[in-house]
Amino acid sequence: MAATKKAATAKVKSTGPVKAERQLSLLDTAPAKAPARPGKEAARPASRPATSGKAVRSRGPAGKQVELVEVEPEASAEAPVQAERGPKRRATAEQMATKQREISISEFFTKNRHLLGFDNPSKALLTTIKEAVDNSLDACEEAGILPELTIEVRDLGLDAKGEGELTKGEGRFVVVVEDNGPGIVKAQVPKIFGKLLYGSKFHRLKQSRGQQGIGISAAAMYGQLTTGQPIRITSRTGKGKPAHFFEIQIDTRKNNPVVTRDDQLDAWHQEHGTRVELEIVADWRTGQRFVNRYVEHTALANPHATVHYLRPKQPKLSFPRATEELPKEALEIKPHPHGVELGALMLMASESKSHDLKGFLQTAFSRVSPPVAGAILKAAGIKDRVRPREIGADRQLAARLHRALQETKIMAPPTNCLSPIGDELMRRGLVSFLSVIESEGPEEGDGQLDLDAARKKPGKKKGKAEVVPPPPPEITPEEGVERIKGHNYFIATVTRPPKVYRGNPFQVEVGLAFGGSWPADKTIELFRFANRVPLLFQRSACGMTESIVKTDWRNYMLSQPKGSLPVGPMALLVHIASVWVPFTSEAKEALAHYPEIIREIQLAAQECGRKLATFIRKKQQADYQAQRRSIFELYIEEVASSIHQITGKSRDAIRRDFLRVAEQVTEADLAADDKKLEEASEKLSKRPRRGEAEGE
Amino acid sequence: MARLDAVSKRTVGKIERLAESVIKAVKGKKNPFVEIPIRSLANIHFDKKKGVVQLGSQKQKRYFFNVSMAKKFMQTFLVSDACKELVESGKTTSIRDLYYITKHTIGDSRQNTFEEQDESDPIIEDLEVSLDALREELHLFASRKGSMVGPVTIRDTGDTIDLRRMGSGGWAVPSIVEENVVQFGKHEARYILLIEKDAVWSRFNEDKFWKREKCIIIQGGGQPPRGVRRMVQRLHAELRLPVYVLVDNDPWGFYIYSVMKQGSINLAYESMRMAVPSARFVGLSSFDKDKYQLPMNVAIKMDEGDVARARQMLAYPWFADKRWQREIEEMVRSGVKFELEALSRRGISFITEEYLPKKLRDKDWLE
Ligand SMILES: Nc1ncnc2c1ncn2[C@@H]1O[C@H](COP(=O)(O)OP(=O)(O)O)[C@@H](O)[C@H]1O
Ligand SMILES: [Mg+2]
Repeated sequence: MAATKKAATAKVKSTGPVKAERQLSLLDTAPAKAPARPGKEAARPASRPATSGKAVRSRGPAGKQVELVEVEPEASAEAPVQAERGPKRRATAEQMATKQREISISEFFTKNRHLLGFDNPSKALLTTIKEAVDNSLDACEEAGILPELTIEVRDLGLDAKGEGELTKGEGRFVVVVEDNGPGIVKAQVPKIFGKLLYGSKFHRLKQSRGQQGIGISAAAMYGQLTTGQPIRITSRTGKGKPAHFFEIQIDTRKNNPVVTRDDQLDAWHQEHGTRVELEIVADWRTGQRFVNRYVEHTALANPHATVHYLRPKQPKLSFPRATEELPKEALEIKPHPHGVELGALMLMASESKSHDLKGFLQTAFSRVSPPVAGAILKAAGIKDRVRPREIGADRQLAARLHRALQETKIMAPPTNCLSPIGDELMRRGLVSFLSVIESEGPEEGDGQLDLDAARKKPGKKKGKAEVVPPPPPEITPEEGVERIKGHNYFIATVTRPPKVYRGNPFQVEVGLAFGGSWPADKTIELFRFANRVPLLFQRSACGMTESIVKTDWRNYMLSQPKGSLPVGPMALLVHIASVWVPFTSEAKEALAHYPEIIREIQLAAQECGRKLATFIRKKQQADYQAQRRSIFELYIEEVASSIHQITGKSRDAIRRDFLRVAEQVTEADLAADDKKLEEASEKLSKRPRRGEAEGE
Repeated sequence: MARLDAVSKRTVGKIERLAESVIKAVKGKKNPFVEIPIRSLANIHFDKKKGVVQLGSQKQKRYFFNVSMAKKFMQTFLVSDACKELVESGKTTSIRDLYYITKHTIGDSRQNTFEEQDESDPIIEDLEVSLDALREELHLFASRKGSMVGPVTIRDTGDTIDLRRMGSGGWAVPSIVEENVVQFGKHEARYILLIEKDAVWSRFNEDKFWKREKCIIIQGGGQPPRGVRRMVQRLHAELRLPVYVLVDNDPWGFYIYSVMKQGSINLAYESMRMAVPSARFVGLSSFDKDKYQLPMNVAIKMDEGDVARARQMLAYPWFADKRWQREIEEMVRSGVKFELEALSRRGISFITEEYLPKKLRDKDWLE
């Protein structure tokens, strides 16, 4: 905090108080202002966004210098007319009118940067990468291309060869994301990267990573605000087509792209694809663990993608694809009547081109046939003659229709629009993930990625990749067990059939990797994914966490403190695929708590848990048997010697006879023990959850 | 191999048969086992007719192919092997020594056959009961204490010993007094007096009580060891002499008497060879403090443990007799106990010259 204040004060000196300019566009000021090697002041254009002009003014000069906040003209000095009674009037409508105006998009961005994931330099780094990677994967999938991505973070504090001191704290970084996707047609590039709220996914109901269409241009905006540098794009749409290179800035006043450079390249190494380069102020030191995680987990949830990851002063990390098969194409669907909200219904109605309500319902919604449309209208008591536009204008009428939509029995929406990872690919994803990852075991603390905490305590998690554990003796892995980097992991995966919540199809998947090098005495690692995008923050607020906590893992041979995640050497992957994933907030960090979804996750977790329990039981048994055998073998020598001494009979013969019985007895006991353990675990499964009184 | 006497031959045969039974079992693809009578309170009963504590018929099978039994099974045969060697070589050794003889590291593991003597002692007892052979027959002894004098001549491993000429220390009773070791010769004894304490026994020896009274006096230094008990039992059975027990007036004294009379719970399987059901308790009685006017300043206050112990004894079936109940109740009631030495208050030789002669004369004892 102190640092922020200091930065703000420093800024005042460098720019001086802002005069009564009506609006400031970054485009006008940024190039002039960006120093050759910007210090802290440029790195932080704004402290916490002020909430109103008044508040800014009352804060004095430190507040006034914030470029992106409107500074209103001097208010009239006249005293407001005072009423005879009641409180003193503070302002007239005229005075207030002077403050009412359109909000510029840059202002919106500055004030809401925390909603968009740019609240601090560490998180901004992750968000920038995430937006670009999500787009690349979405585009490849839609085009039917097996993605090969390169993600690069460059520290501008290092020299051209990547040598020197790593930037400590905030500094300038370049983020590059390159894909082999379909590329972007020349004419579209400026709008996509230089205009906020411009995208292809917002208007469609389809399982995809991006949803708001705010993504990549917001990152461009952030880069421009913090470094003054334009976003740089290279794109090519196919063989024989030229590659184009652009530099694009955003006119924040008009929310319009300004192309500052547009070159046709003679050659580019990608036949088709897109390369996005952004210069941003970031904090690599504290932010890297989140980026590492994001990259690792993205590779995990996208086993069809090859991901190369380049970081300052570290060797290149590559996640090779685990399958040559593209995920099933996610189809676009029309909304289901049960999922529509009143406001949306009114909007849809007013925009409808249908002449009558029946037509509107049939074209706008899925699963509405003519008889169903008739039934809805009958239930609503609305005549078919009524024009859709009238519904859009009449709230009461719309409410009636809305209720009828909810109450009419309508076939569930089609679920073929979903593209889950799938049992087998989840398994392969987990295997290749475990083969490449550097970070193992839960994060310190409560396992939550908390950026605020991370800033206080720089991530000390160093890559462990070099430390190769000595290979344990070769054991033939059992079913479901994968041997990775000298460790045995049991892997189980479950993909549930598609289900529907509020008219939205969704599908839940759970996978687990047990054993190996995960620590046995720590809380399990919970990897959360929504439409293959890793959710890294807000773990405890997430519906997925709730589902796993509510599952009684003690039934599955793990310990579990009351109201917590289970404890054990395990990573648990939870994925929800849906045309519309309900998040708790715009930041899309935590899944909302819909009972239908929570239930599905629990069912998937239980199914996986049962597989785990079977494995653990078998393993315990095998360990026990092995131990037993070795005990017998050890003692047989002694007994054979003694009996030989006593009786004078051949020691070898006695030993042979003993060993033969050992085989047979062990076999027989194995079966008996199996049964016993089975019964014991059955009892365990039926046991009710411990009472509240029994604190743990 | 030394020539073996009948007892030793029998013992060796028993060990061999046990080992053969194991060979036979594994040949027949069966899980081999050793059958051991259970030595716990649940498998003990008081035989009223015989007047001894006896082992019941409950047996426990110790299997080799059982994770919790395998080690003990192995240990049983280590001990068997060692005992067979002892018997065959005619040597006798302590149970501590046996622990060292049988202790070694197993194969290339980090496990030992025995970790502590506490592990091997019960195995010896197990073997005794399962072979139906006394510890002495296995050529093992626990500890040696106890001394004896009296008008009797004995032979100990071939040496003739006149117990009338043992001086002040008496003859040290060996821990093994089986007939192959000790035989009795000429004697003029009328009875046997077992005295709890060495110091009191010394008074009786110095006062030549045994000469005057024509009796054998023997002490076991507190709880008499097996050698002393077996000696008393043999003298009683073979020379047909009555046995009198003289102990402190405290629960421990009662217990020594009861072990001498009925056998101990722990060694119930040996009762028939150790116990003398007709043994008589001559003192110190709880009522002697009045009868012999012992001043209260020589009394010792009973502590909680003593009282609890005494109360427990009230429930022993062999103390069910009314007179015994009164005896114990009086001790609990008075809350005091007396050592034999308290009688010295009445004169240093009061115990040998007045107390005991009067008791015997008056037949003032408990049975
Ligand atoms: N790497 C890329 N390759 C192909 N098309 C892309 C790429 N990145 C972005 N696009 C296109 O630009 C659009 C806008 O992207 P974005 O602003 O991130 O919003 P959103 O991803 O939510 O639609 C996308 O919908 C997509 O059509
Ligand atoms: Mg996007």
